[in-house]
Amino acid sequence: MTLGLGREALDALRRDRTAVVCLVVLGLLVLATLAGPALLDYREDEIDWSHMAAAPFEAPGHWLGTDRLGRDLLVRTLHGLRISLAIALAATLVSLVIGVAWGALAGFRRGRTDAWMMRFVDVLYSLPQVFFVIILTVVFGRGSFTILVAIGAFGWLTMARIVRGQALALREREFIDAAIVGGAGTARILARHVVPNLLGPVIVYATLTLPQVILVESFLSFLGIGIQEPLASLGNLVADGAAELETAPWMLAVPAACLMLVVFCFNFLGDSLRDALDPRDR
Amino acid sequence: MSALLEIRALTVDFLAPRVVRAVDGVDLALGPRERLAIVGESGSGKTQLLLACTGLLAANGRATGSVRFEGRELLGPGDAAAPARGRGIGFVFQDAGGSLTPHRRIGDQLIEVAMAARGMPKRQACDESLAMLGRVRLPDPGSTMNAYPHELSGGMRQRAAIALALAARPRLLFADEPTSALDVTVQAEVMALLDALCRDFGMALLLVTHDLGVVAALAGRIAVMYAGRIVEEGDTDELLANPAHPYTAGLLASVLSLSALEDGELATIPGAPPRAGETIQGCRFEPRCPRRRERCRVEGPRLEAGGTSRVACHYPLDAGRSP
Amino acid sequence: MNAVLEVREAAVRYALARGRTIAAVDGVTLSLAEGEIVGLVGESGCGKSSLGRAILGLVRLASGQVFWKGRRIDSLPRREFRALRGEMQLVFQDPHACFDPRMTLAESIAEPLRALAAGLQESARTVRVESALDEVGLDREIGTRYPHQASGGQLQRAGIARALIVAPQFMVCDEPVSALDVSVQGQIVNLLARVRREHGLACLFISHNLAVVARLAERILVMYRGRIVEVAARETIVRAPRHPYTRLLLDSVPDPHPQAARKLLAAVRESSAPLADAGADGCPFASRCPWVLARCRTSAPLLRPVADQQLVACHRAEEWPKGLTPAAT
Repeated sequence: MTLGLGREALDALRRDRTAVVCLVVLGLLVLATLAGPALLDYREDEIDWSHMAAAPFEAPGHWLGTDRLGRDLLVRTLHGLRISLAIALAATLVSLVIGVAWGALAGFRRGRTDAWMMRFVDVLYSLPQVFFVIILTVVFGRGSFTILVAIGAFGWLTMARIVRGQALALREREFIDAAIVGGAGTARILARHVVPNLLGPVIVYATLTLPQVILVESFLSFLGIGIQEPLASLGNLVADGAAELETAPWMLAVPAACLMLVVFCFNFLGDSLRDALDPRDR
Repeated sequence: MSALLEIRALTVDFLAPRVVRAVDGVDLALGPRERLAIVGESGSGKTQLLLACTGLLAANGRATGSVRFEGRELLGPGDAAAPARGRGIGFVFQDAGGSLTPHRRIGDQLIEVAMAARGMPKRQACDESLAMLGRVRLPDPGSTMNAYPHELSGGMRQRAAIALALAARPRLLFADEPTSALDVTVQAEVMALLDALCRDFGMALLLVTHDLGVVAALAGRIAVMYAGRIVEEGDTDELLANPAHPYTAGLLASVLSLSALEDGELATIPGAPPRAGETIQGCRFEPRCPRRRERCRVEGPRLEAGGTSRVACHYPLDAGRSP
Repeated sequence: MNAVLEVREAAVRYALARGRTIAAVDGVTLSLAEGEIVGLVGESGCGKSSLGRAILGLVRLASGQVFWKGRRIDSLPRREFRALRGEMQLVFQDPHACFDPRMTLAESIAEPLRALAAGLQESARTVRVESALDEVGLDREIGTRYPHQASGGQLQRAGIARALIVAPQFMVCDEPVSALDVSVQGQIVNLLARVRREHGLACLFISHNLAVVARLAERILVMYRGRIVEVAARETIVRAPRHPYTRLLLDSVPDPHPQAARKLLAAVRESSAPLADAGADGCPFASRCPWVLARCRTSAPLLRPVADQQLVACHRAEEWPKGLTPAAT
């Protein structure tokens, strides 16, 4: 149903060379996180007693060096990326589902329903996120589940606002009236007419949210509130690396570079998607 | 009589996303004080023709051929039409919002044009603008000078837009569907206004419209466009009484008027105009033409002159005979 | 008369900035018999579209009632109104805007069936969509296109197909040909006439073009500023109208015959555009009326029977037994 116009957007995207490059890079990275560790010699928690804190290319088999405990940095980075991406994807998905449902209903219903729903969003918006996260940590303990809840609980707010604006505009379009006259109820209209026509901005926003979520999670993990040992996200790796900056700078450089690359690619992709989906160019 | 406006072999192409030809080799001439109406439906290319003449085509449009206004070529490199725009040539758009800046007062816009185009001092420009608003028969010129466009009704806005177009005293007025967005009772008033102003200011008028009623009232000559080409051109009274091209005849027959109140089916032209970019061999009207024959599918007819009119048809209607 | 639709003193108000409201529809009463086609003519802003939408429950009435087959429907809760949707339908003005850009035309036409006849199998649905396309003269292939790939005429036909697919008994046609090319308008008017005849539909045909309305409708209501100012049979409206606004509408219809067109130009009165909210008490047409009296500015005339089957809202209606001709002063 949505594929007809999606195809035109894909064509536009294909023509944007930087977007294609970003897509390829991201694809390779994801492939690396999935297949990489299996291909490399070392596991992420395997300690190589003979090569501790080795620089890149110094020790055989350790392409990017090792950390203080002799664990292979490349494998750890790939694992870290996998965890960061997984958390980011899950959190973004949660934000998307809640945000779209909330915003679409509020924008479509207008009037009092809209006012109350968005007031709730405004209240949540004014809560300081870090404070809330700390409280959650106290309640649920530290770990991946906690950060998921913490990020998801705030991530959907902006999505809801954006979707609500789009839904308000959509509500005025005549084909919505046509659907009402055709006997469709609110649920059917939202599902078949409102949400599919919102997907453009939603996808763009989701693609731009993902890197933000990665950064937030990295920050929380960096602070020690997020992912805990033995798991390590890119944020944890960056924290470890920062402590060794003077003696073993590669421990910071490798995960930090990986983080930057991923964030950059997603941001660029999101911008290109937005241009590709711009109806004015059709 | 030297032509005020001479259009030769004008072709307009749009290059992206696909190459689409909107206007295909149009020749037209307009003398001083003459009034020519270009009639066509969607896809006929009439609006693009007008825009090409004044250098207002979209960025992906390309115009080739020659458009001479008072001997000077308008289709040059860069923005060759710019000196003529707003000075020699005035423009009235379908939606008055097209010419009136929404965030400036009407008086300011008129004064600016008068000062720039005619080099007047501000005080004189102010008086002139007030007088012009009176000429376009706005009820309260004084308060209209201070009003913003959105504060006026559609009909009043269109009159203000006409005043703006005339502020530089053009010799030629381009009007693109000037009455189509207006209510039918206001249409008549604006038409009468255009008629009077063209006469009083000695302006030539190039009018683009799909409305044959407007044409009948205002224009001395008509050119009928279909799918990017002129299919018939001639004197208004002649053409409307005895159309030679089957499309013109069909168009006239499908105009809903009150004079024939029968219960029967309305005359229509079956089918629809070709979509932009469709390449067609032979006559472009052939699929819908009640007079078509084998030759029409294969060979495109050329515009041929006969007396004061021209027609592009292999089997045109004879004067006085019904199709 | 077996009235299937009845509207009594309907009013629709829109809120403007700073607490003011404007009455788009200001006390309109009309009724439709089974299978009857009635035309509603008036210019932009007169409220005719709002009235059509209010009848179909898209806009709420500020006051007044709407009865469908004797049952009051204007205050029905949303869910109960939905059950009636299969009986009354709407054809929209802008064919490009009334279709979801992300659905093919066939999918859009099938939507009312999905909503109102949920038990229908997919195959049965497809059959009905195909026969709807055939009925409006569209190729099956056009059903697979997206709205931006179809012409205005094709889209309007699809809109009619969508309205007909649930076999309604009443249809509101809201300016169905205004956005179309002249040569295509006739096709759609012919289609509507045929469809209405074959299905025995009651129809409210709304337009600003008196010539189109006069073609289709047996009875015509003329609307000005939210009020009905004249009601009469088609011939009477065209040949012997009694309201000055009707006369003005008739005189303004553009005529492609040069003689007539030039006479129109010469005769047109240069009246200024009416101001908004001019005088709440008098006749709304007073500021533009060439036959205005002092009385017209202070008391609003009521719509009343003046001749056989003719209702007029004008103080001077009786003065012209043969109706207002252009020469009458």
